Amino acid sequence: MSKSEVAGAFPDVRQQIRAHSGSVAARKVRERIIEAGLFLCAVFSVAITVGIVWVLVYESWSFFRNVSIFDFLTDTQWTVLFENPRYGIMPLVTGTLVTSMIALAVALPLGTTIAIYSSEYANPTVREILKPILELLSAVPTVVFGYFALLFVTPMLQSILPDLPGFNMLSAGIVIGIMIVPYVSSLSEDAMRAVPVTIREGSYAMGATRVQTAVRVLMPAAFSGIASAYVLGFSRAVGETMVVALAAGTQPNLTLNPMEGAATITAYIVQVSLGDLPHGSLAYQSIFAAGLTLMLMTLVFNIGGYFLRKRFREIY
Amino acid sequence: MDKPSASVIGKSIASNKSRDQVFAVIGLLATFVGMLTLAALLFDLASDGLARIKPHFFTSFPSRFAGQAGILSSWVGTILVMIVTALAAVPIGIGAGVYLEEYAPKNWFTALIEINIANLAGVPSIVYGLMALGLFVYQFKFGQSILSAGLTLALLILPIIIVATRESLRAVPGSMREAAYALGATKWQTTSDHVLPYSMGGILTGVIIGLSRAIGETAPLITIGALTFIAFLPDAPVKAEFPFISFEWLWSPYSVMPIQMFNWVSRPQAEFHLNAAATGLILMAMTLAMNAVAIYFRYRFRKRIKW
Repeated sequence: MSKSEVAGAFPDVRQQIRAHSGSVAARKVRERIIEAGLFLCAVFSVAITVGIVWVLVYESWSFFRNVSIFDFLTDTQWTVLFENPRYGIMPLVTGTLVTSMIALAVALPLGTTIAIYSSEYANPTVREILKPILELLSAVPTVVFGYFALLFVTPMLQSILPDLPGFNMLSAGIVIGIMIVPYVSSLSEDAMRAVPVTIREGSYAMGATRVQTAVRVLMPAAFSGIASAYVLGFSRAVGETMVVALAAGTQPNLTLNPMEGAATITAYIVQVSLGDLPHGSLAYQSIFAAGLTLMLMTLVFNIGGYFLRKRFREIY
Repeated sequence: MDKPSASVIGKSIASNKSRDQVFAVIGLLATFVGMLTLAALLFDLASDGLARIKPHFFTSFPSRFAGQAGILSSWVGTILVMIVTALAAVPIGIGAGVYLEEYAPKNWFTALIEINIANLAGVPSIVYGLMALGLFVYQFKFGQSILSAGLTLALLILPIIIVATRESLRAVPGSMREAAYALGATKWQTTSDHVLPYSMGGILTGVIIGLSRAIGETAPLITIGALTFIAFLPDAPVKAEFPFISFEWLWSPYSVMPIQMFNWVSRPQAEFHLNAAATGLILMAMTLAMNAVAIYFRYRFRKRIKW
C-alpha cells in the first residue's frame, strides 16, 4: 500500500491498517510473543556459559574424587594413558606457557609496531588496504597454520639450528605469534586512534616526532585498550590447539627449553579425543580437568589485565 | 644553566627526525612480515598440493594409498555441518542482537548478557568442544553425529554474529525508527520492515565471517569425535519416495575437510602430506573467498548508504 493510496482513501485508513496488521489486541499479543522469542535468543548465550562451566566442573569433580588436587598440582609427571598413571598437570602447563610466551614475544612487538605504523604513519588509503589483508591472516584455518609450522617453519629453523627436533615448541610458538598479530595490532590501533586529537596535536606542537608521540604520549594514553589487546592475544595463544598438536608433539615434557617438544593442555585434549576412550573413565574425565585448568589460566590473566587497566586507566 | 647552542639543538632535531624515518621503515617491514607469511603459506601449500587437485580428488573416498585418496566424504560432511551451523546460529544470533540493541531495558540482567557475550568470544574453541562432548554427545545423546558437530560450531560463531548484528543495527539512525513510530508502526514492524533491511549488509558480513571461521575449525570437532576415515556418504536428504525429505543424515557419522587435513598431516609418509596440502589449499581458497566477499559487502554497503 503506497502513501498516495492512504492519502486518497482517508476514511478507510483504519480498515486498511487492520487488514494489514490485524486488530489492536492481536497485534499486541504478537508483539509480546516476538519480544519473548528475541529475549530467549539473548538468554541462550548465557545458557552456553552455564553449560560450559557446568560440564567442566561436573566432570572435573568426578576426576578429583579419584585424584587428589595436591598431586594434580605438584606431581611432575602426566602419564594418564600409561600403566601406572600419574596425574601432575605441571608438564602440560609449562608446555602451554612456553609456547604462549614465544607467541607473545613475536606478536606483541610486531603487533604494536604495526599499530603505531598504521595509526601514525600510513595514509588512509594504505590503511584501507593493509587492514583487510592482515585480517585475512586471522581467517586462515588453524590446521593450515599447523601444517605450515610442521612442514615449513620447522625445516627452515632446522637449517639454522641443526639440533632442533622435528617436534618443538619454538616453531609452534612463532607460528601462533604470527597468527595472533592481527588481534593485537587492530585492537591496539583502535585504542591509539581513540585518543583525543587534542592530545596528539599538543604533542606535535611541542615538536615531538611521530614515533615520540606514539611511544611517549599515545601508548600511555591508550594503555587500557592496548592492555586488552595483549590479554586477548594471550588468551588466543593459550587456547590455540591445532598448531601445537601438530608442531610441538603430544609428549608431556616438563621443560622450559623451547627447543624441545612438549604437549600443551590443548594438545593433550586432542590426543585423548583421537583415541576411543570409554565415557566415564578416569582418562575421559582428565580432559575436562585439563580444560578447566585452561579456563582458569585465561581467567587469571583476564582478571590481572582488568586490574592493570583499572590502575593505569587515563580518563579524558 | 647554560643555554644549549643552536648546533646542539639542530643535531638533536636531526637525530629525532632520522629516528622517525627509521621507524617508518621498521613499521613497513613489520607489516610486510604478516603479508610475507601469508604469501609463504599459500606458496608452500600450492607447491606441494596443486598437483593433487584433480577431479578424482573430489570424487574419491580416503584411502590407504595416498595417490588414490580423495576428500569426497569430507567436503560433503563440511557442507552438511555448515547447513546445520547456519540454520542454528543465524536466527539465534540475529535474534539476540536485535533484542540487545532494540528491546533490552537497561538493567543488570542486560549488562550480564553483554559481559557474557564479550567473554564467550574469548573462550578457546576446544573448550566449546569439551562442553559439546559432555552435553550434546552424552547428555542429549546426539552421538558423534553431524547434528552435534553443526550445533557445536553454531555456539562457537554465535558471539561473532551477535556482535556484527548489534554493530550494524547501531549504525541505523534513530530518526528512521522515529519516522516509523510516527506512522503508527509497532516496535516489531519498525524493526523488521525498516531497521533490519537497512542493516542487512553488516549482518550478512558478520554471518559470512562467522561461517568462514566455522569451516576451518578443527579442534572442537576432534573433541566430539569426528572420524578421519569415512568411506561412505551420509543418507541423502532428498528421497524418491514419500515424504521425499529425510533427516537421517543428521545422525550420521561424518568427517570434515580440516579433520581430513589434520589426519593426513599427522601421518609420517610424505605422500599424505601432499594430500594435506591440497586439502589446505582448497580450505584456504574457501575461507579467503568468503572473507573477500565479506570485505566487499562491508565496503559496498558503507559506500551506498548515506544518511
